[in-house]
Amino acid sequence: MPDAPGLELIRGEIENDHPGAVLDTSFEHGRAVLVVDAAQVLATLAWLRDAPGHEYRFLSSMHAADYLPAAPRFGVHYELLNRNRVERLRVKAMLADPTEGADVEGVEDSLARSAPSTSASPTAGLPTIDSCVSLFPTAEFQEREAYDFFGIVFRGHPDLTRILMPEDYVGWPQRRDFPVGGEPVTFTYNERRYG
Amino acid sequence: MRARQLRARDMLRGDLDGEELERHVEEKLVMTNFEKLLNWGRANSCFPLTFGLACCAIEAPIAMVGSPRYDLARFGAEALRASPRQADLIILSGRVSIKMAPVVRRLYDQMLEPKWAISMGACSSSGGMFSNYAVVQGADKFMPIDLHVPGCPPRPEAVLYGFTKLQRKIMGNPDQGWRARYRAHGTEEWARGGPRSEPSAEAAEAYEATRELIRA
Repeated sequence: MPDAPGLELIRGEIENDHPGAVLDTSFEHGRAVLVVDAAQVLATLAWLRDAPGHEYRFLSSMHAADYLPAAPRFGVHYELLNRNRVERLRVKAMLADPTEGADVEGVEDSLARSAPSTSASPTAGLPTIDSCVSLFPTAEFQEREAYDFFGIVFRGHPDLTRILMPEDYVGWPQRRDFPVGGEPVTFTYNERRYG
Repeated sequence: MRARQLRARDMLRGDLDGEELERHVEEKLVMTNFEKLLNWGRANSCFPLTFGLACCAIEAPIAMVGSPRYDLARFGAEALRASPRQADLIILSGRVSIKMAPVVRRLYDQMLEPKWAISMGACSSSGGMFSNYAVVQGADKFMPIDLHVPGCPPRPEAVLYGFTKLQRKIMGNPDQGWRARYRAHGTEEWARGGPRSEPSAEAAEAYEATRELIRA
């Protein structure tokens, strides 16, 4: 695990090769995080994988998150691991929602937004980032999962389709503005509280 | 024993008559109709499908209820069938996700008549704790269910009890003893659009009274 000064050193080294790639760093709970520019995430990951002395060759996890009230709404997280030194490094790319501010937000709006439109391509209006399958083949299924649940499009992915939800499912169910679903239960507690 | 055998032989020969014949018939023969006999056979040789959905499958016939401790074989259902074509009974053991629902429905459709379905546990009966986008809120939304066994998961005893209930249902005698015990007639609930979807007058009245109490 690089400590806080070590993280700043890594940032400086990346800054030499890819100026502007690293936007921010954070070191919390013993976990080093590089916040990188989404446009340069592929270059940064390749640098971290191949640069001598770093060599984070193993992608132990790749996942997405939805930080809805925050301004760049989606986060794509890459958990890198150097297996010789047993050092872990998290790379985080923040993605803005392209449809943000276009309409009033709400449940119906979210559903309409995530429904596949017939006119444009099915990935129109979705946040986009480069796929890292060429660097880490293990990311293939994990990127499909992120696409399935959050509607994040990975440019250059060999087969970007739904992996867990049914193929004809409409919507991105793990987004925070997605309705939870299920059925309201008519407990007296709920009736008293919500009418 | 020998005497009985001789009497049976005499009866078959036609040598018995009068009071002796009457007594023999009373002791030895059961009069029934073919339908009842057939249902008796069906109820006591039910073949469950080898099928598990989620954690309830641990308690289901495959693992727990079929094991020697609980021994489903006592009720004639120890022969698990791995093909829906040979099975009479499907036990939905666990939550049914929306992706699994078409598969379950297809399995049920492939079973030959007569067939029965037990919804085991809270999840397959109502969605249980999974009130979300991925889980069907009750398996009776997409297939007919004969019996619901509550519990999370139900005890093996509960599954066995449910199975004996199903046997009575197959034999055309659904047991409703608890309604009589708790004087709960009129509280039956039926699926919407079912043959008797109207609640009874008492139930509607009680429901309205409860709502007014809550509102007040």
